[in-house]
Amino acid sequence: MGKYTEDELEKELETQEYKYGFVTDIETEKAPIGLSEDIIRLISSKKNEPEWLLEYRLKAYSAWLKMEEPTWAHVNYPKVDFQDIYYYAAPKPKKQLDSLDEVDSELLEMYEKLGISIDEQKKLSNVAVDIVMDSVSVKTTFQDTLAKLGIIFGSFSEAVQKHPDLVKKYMGTIVPYTDNYYAALNAAVFTDGSFCYIPKGVRCPMELSTYFRINEAQTGQFERTLVVADKGSYCSYLEGCTAPQRDENQLHAAVVELIAMDDAEIKYSTVQNWYPGDKNGKGGIYNFVTKRGLCEKNAKISWTQVETGSAITWKYPSCILKGDNSVGEFYSVAVTNNYQQADTGTKMLHLGKNTKSTIISKGVSAGHSQNSYRGLVKISKNATNARNFSQCDSLLMGNKCGAHTFPYIEVDNKSAKVEHEATTSKIGEDQIFYCNQRGIDTESAIKLIVNGYAKDVLNKLPMEFAVEAQKLLAISLEGSVG
Amino acid sequence: MLRIKNLHASVDGNEILKGLNLEVKAGEVHAIMGPNGSGKSTLASVIAGKPDYEVSGDVTLNGKDLLDLAPEERAGEGVFLAFQYPVEIPGVSNVNFLKTAVNDIRAYKGLPPMAAKDFLKMLKEKQALVELDKKLTSRSVNEGFSGGEKKRNEIFQMAMLNPKLAILDETDSGLDIDALRIVANGVNKLKSADNATIIITHYQRLLDYIVPDYVHVLYDGKIIKSGTKELALELEEKGYDWLTKGVESSELKVKS
Ligand SMILES: Nc1ncnc2c1ncn2[C@@H]1O[C@H](COP(=O)(O)OP(=O)(O)O)[C@@H](O)[C@H]1O
Ligand SMILES: [Mg+2]
Repeated sequence: MGKYTEDELEKELETQEYKYGFVTDIETEKAPIGLSEDIIRLISSKKNEPEWLLEYRLKAYSAWLKMEEPTWAHVNYPKVDFQDIYYYAAPKPKKQLDSLDEVDSELLEMYEKLGISIDEQKKLSNVAVDIVMDSVSVKTTFQDTLAKLGIIFGSFSEAVQKHPDLVKKYMGTIVPYTDNYYAALNAAVFTDGSFCYIPKGVRCPMELSTYFRINEAQTGQFERTLVVADKGSYCSYLEGCTAPQRDENQLHAAVVELIAMDDAEIKYSTVQNWYPGDKNGKGGIYNFVTKRGLCEKNAKISWTQVETGSAITWKYPSCILKGDNSVGEFYSVAVTNNYQQADTGTKMLHLGKNTKSTIISKGVSAGHSQNSYRGLVKISKNATNARNFSQCDSLLMGNKCGAHTFPYIEVDNKSAKVEHEATTSKIGEDQIFYCNQRGIDTESAIKLIVNGYAKDVLNKLPMEFAVEAQKLLAISLEGSVG
Repeated sequence: MLRIKNLHASVDGNEILKGLNLEVKAGEVHAIMGPNGSGKSTLASVIAGKPDYEVSGDVTLNGKDLLDLAPEERAGEGVFLAFQYPVEIPGVSNVNFLKTAVNDIRAYKGLPPMAAKDFLKMLKEKQALVELDKKLTSRSVNEGFSGGEKKRNEIFQMAMLNPKLAILDETDSGLDIDALRIVANGVNKLKSADNATIIITHYQRLLDYIVPDYVHVLYDGKIIKSGTKELALELEEKGYDWLTKGVESSELKVKS
């Protein structure tokens, strides 16, 4: 979004204020409600997009109009009225607060528990920060290091302006707009996201975190991310953060595309903590995400996700193992509490020879929640000596929640070896009493037990993420036992 | 130290402990014996604060009312239970588990967390005391342990937590003679003038190694006989019938 958000927005606001003669009314910053070709044209022109991108959006839109909203997932929610959504709002400056006293106390309590420093708390909740950490200079140093290596890392909109050839070449090649209902919607109306390109043979020396992305705007609703790792390169990408994310938009439909060329490796880690709704299931984000990666020869893609937020999660990070000897991995912890519903898993499509995939999925359900694993392992005709190992475990807390496993396995090559293991267990009251008897209170006991259960996945996260993710798991399950 | 007066405990309206009295003084070892199902584990669970039971009566530890406290607070006061069936906690290493336990108990007492160096030193010491395989300390709590290893791990935890009152619930069952000797040796070394031990068993075997000051027979939710270690030998020889028949007939008499 870069330049646009900073300069033009300012201008736009100025003219608006001039026009109406008084303070900005929220409505005036938004495009009219609903979805139409005109709205899409408006989004594209506001973002100063090239013609091909507008055409792409319009094609996606007409494809979307012909599609049906999918109903196969094990989730239940009132039908979304797509004409009752604002698809474009000028990224307005967040209201600046003078002190933490003005911030939602529930939010602050959460920050506290996560061990987020006061400075960070201020930053996250948009409180004016005086001397504290100079985030601009941190970002600049970060960008300098990347630039020296030829790594491009910035917002999607910025990439459209600065590297249109790269965006045009790769966008939509892994997740075409025809892929599914939400991917089509995203392609038509996406607002922003991240773009990342790692040149040939470059090993990115630091975690690429959305946190450090320059000029980050509010991009929550229809986010689009594209990561391209050229031959022999490596990067580790972190998405999201453990701090709770509130958003007034209920519907989220993101698309993430990864391309790992020959001998390249991409490690993509997510912590998803969108607002899950209240204890009675009111409110909360509907999160419909399409994530997919392509592996060329000897390439490797690892998806690691810690999912604790959203009222509805619909998400299947997948790998297309096209190149011989390529490797796909999926490590997931999904926690649902209260009335949350998650239907998540992965697809591993084995096309090349000697391709390998590993799936480790750990579901934790508490309260009245529903937690489903849905996975497909497909070994195609030419995928000689393909290997898959899947382990899908469910942990139940209490007896009002549900855990479900839907593993699909399709094997078209006799040399394939596919192993699937699944377990369902309950957090035993006897486990908790055992901990209590050793002096550990119930809350800490649950934290220990759940983190122990999820260890195989948490171990895959970069260190700084893992520690926070552990705390997050415990917090998400607070009040779920006894 | 421990005083139990007129203790009743029931589950779903079924009374299991029916007015039990027991007093254990500091420095003493008491053995509780009795046939299967007589309520021995229930007694241990109720003292430790397992939430399944409706409880009435008095249980105090050094004058403090235990029944008012949550199980973790009782642990903080120095109650330790070596479980008859130790629980597995997958993915949580023994070391991490014990570190949490040690520091939570210290926090209860108002002490700061133990320095990592001191903790490791203690870990090694106690490991040696119960001759626990080093590999077991870094493995997940009880996961995949053999029956004997689980029991030995309980005693290891006891050594680490250094309780005031230790209750060993059938720690001897499933142990071969060498393991039995090691466990008994550990318990004996941990004995002091200001802690006490209750050993629940239905074999006299363990009592050859840990000599009790008193032996009680628990039957149908009550202590029907108390004596010294000779009582254990008598039980070994004659079984429980000579005691329990009396109880049943006296109950019959009352009823008729
Ligand atoms: N949580 C419980 N729920 C139902 N019955 C129980 C429970 N705990 C113990 N009991 C019953 O109480 C009786 C005594 O059990 P227990 O204390 O385990 O005996 P012991 O340890 O002497 O063999 C048994 O009949 C047992 O089935
Ligand atoms: Mg028993």
